[in-house]
Amino acid sequence: MLTRILSGDMPRSRALSLVLLVIFLCLAFAPFLFPGTRSLETAARISVFIALAASYDLMLGYAGIVSFAHTMFFGMGAYGVALACENMERGFLPVVVGTLAGALLAAAVALVIGLFSLRVRAIFFAMITLAVASAVAVLVSQLSAITGGEDGLSFSIPRELTPAFRFAEGKLLGASLNGKLLNYYLVFGGSLVIFLGLLRVVNSPFGRVLQAIRENDFRAEAIGYRVVAFRTLATCLSAACAALAGSLFAIWLRYVGPGTAMGFEIMIDVLLMVVIGGMGTLYGAAIGATLLVLAQTYLQEVMAGAAETTAGLPLLPDLLNPDRWLLWLGLLFIASIYFFPSGVVGRLRQARRPAGRT
Amino acid sequence: MTELAPEHRPTFSRASLADRLSPHAPVLLLLALAALGWLAIDQQSSWLTLTVSGLAMGMMIFTMAAGMTLVFGLMDVINFGHGAFVSVGAFVGVTALMLMPGMTAEASIWLNGFAVLLAVACAMLATGVMGYAFERVIVRPVYGAHLKQILVTMGGLIVVEQLIYVLWGPVEIFIERPAAFQGAITFAGAALEKYRLVAVALGLVVFLALRLTLKRTRIGLIVRAGVENGEMVQALGYRIERVFIGVFVAGSALAGLGGVMWGLYEQVITAHMGQETMILVFIVIIIGGLGSVEGCFIAALMVGLLQNYVAFLAPKAALISNIGLMAAILMWRPQGMTPVVKAK
Repeated sequence: MLTRILSGDMPRSRALSLVLLVIFLCLAFAPFLFPGTRSLETAARISVFIALAASYDLMLGYAGIVSFAHTMFFGMGAYGVALACENMERGFLPVVVGTLAGALLAAAVALVIGLFSLRVRAIFFAMITLAVASAVAVLVSQLSAITGGEDGLSFSIPRELTPAFRFAEGKLLGASLNGKLLNYYLVFGGSLVIFLGLLRVVNSPFGRVLQAIRENDFRAEAIGYRVVAFRTLATCLSAACAALAGSLFAIWLRYVGPGTAMGFEIMIDVLLMVVIGGMGTLYGAAIGATLLVLAQTYLQEVMAGAAETTAGLPLLPDLLNPDRWLLWLGLLFIASIYFFPSGVVGRLRQARRPAGRT
Repeated sequence: MTELAPEHRPTFSRASLADRLSPHAPVLLLLALAALGWLAIDQQSSWLTLTVSGLAMGMMIFTMAAGMTLVFGLMDVINFGHGAFVSVGAFVGVTALMLMPGMTAEASIWLNGFAVLLAVACAMLATGVMGYAFERVIVRPVYGAHLKQILVTMGGLIVVEQLIYVLWGPVEIFIERPAAFQGAITFAGAALEKYRLVAVALGLVVFLALRLTLKRTRIGLIVRAGVENGEMVQALGYRIERVFIGVFVAGSALAGLGGVMWGLYEQVITAHMGQETMILVFIVIIIGGLGSVEGCFIAALMVGLLQNYVAFLAPKAALISNIGLMAAILMWRPQGMTPVVKAK
């Protein structure tokens, strides 16, 4: 049963299984385990980013393609929902329409970019996605009549998903039974479905071919697989999943803006998540996303404290300023590419091996 | 009976016009673009102003892009951290310029020019040294692995950008151009900003110097041969790693120069500027063909001109015009206009 759900891709390490189980349980029961708005926000963020990072890993870790337009696809999903809810009657229909439209648009754009760049050389893809993504980001903030510009859009989602809607009296384990709770489980369930779907994809014959292409594209072509077609399809799938995650994020926040859905900072975050967690395994994306969101939320406080205690010294307080946390993550990023390219998951899986074999 | 050779008279058919034009197509395209702009913009004076500012912009982009395209051609290393050199160059150069208020306040061409040259020298020195360190620490361990190169150099860019924030503070710095380069001159009814003319001249000097070095000197010969076939150059006994480090350092220093020029052009510098200009640099490198300095030069001018013309004619479309240009060129020549490196 479990093997079927996980598509036969077991964690293959006791420590890794434990970590994944803890993440899953914490997210599944977050509203009851950690009551409070802030921790629920964090849990929803983690769920969405697990789905987003997993979809990015399909491209980066499995197909070996570097894209810098992943937040653009994420944003397409988010803006799809926002624009549909803004311009249609309130209800579930605009949410569904917006989600589908966002995902389709993302896949179509990915197809065009892929056909342009992947057929020549994969390295073009990284540069072209960076150029296109930045142009789209500027476009979104310029076309303020449609997208709300820098201010973004606040929109209304179906009443059943808002705190105003109460489906039962009283509280359960400290969590009030309102639409917010339903909304959280929509986000959590949606992310889980995306994650498991991606797990299915990467463990299918299609996923194996992608890995073969990543290892040696020339050889894969020689065996008879059309490398361009596989790479392009992987890109489209990944883009569509990113858009779905974006829709979930927009539904949760009830707001989209360039900062939350389009910014280059999010792209860097996703890159860090996948690399630190471990490229080429979706569990790595899950762990990386959890670590990074937690760090983003709580590490900054620690850094602020450290900056205060070193206030008298030269330069150090500036280095420890909470705004400079990307500096440390960047260093961690470089170090993890050099010293453990397989990320946290690779480490956890390796830890078991010497004891078992030698 | 001896067999006679069949009647055969070799003929030399003249190369068709298209065949003869094809090698010069990029240059012709550039001229066509300028002509198209001239037709689309009715006032000649505005066309002249726009053309000069487009050329200035193109020259600056070329200065930043040249190093990157050479590094790619020579060693197949794609450096996403190139933008870091642009930012650092701008910050160092502008800081140096601000330390010489006495030399920049008066409108004396010689004094101002000397101050700018000093600032440029500081910036190029700093970015050159930084390029050496970057190559040693960040790029060296990941030769031959594109995926890792892209990721690691991107990480390097993030770290350098954050370090700029630490050293110079998080706010953008506004800078006044030296007095002699402020204002404009009028030529044929068009107002031409002095600084843009200076930028065009400086860019031309860089291009000619680079071309001369590559075509006329021994080291240029080795570099060009290395782009063509690195292993062969090694087999002939040259240490291509050394050449590569030299090119990397020179490319970084050029990016620093481009950074100072760009900073003085925009009159404001931010740690982010490197990343922003990198987008244009990527477009230029792709259009020009990876590894080609000439292609890069023409592509940079095309991007600069197009951006300025479109911004004048239809401001909203300016954002996507460059992407459109890139798409069109890639449809025409998927490897870029003048590809030097064979697809690997």
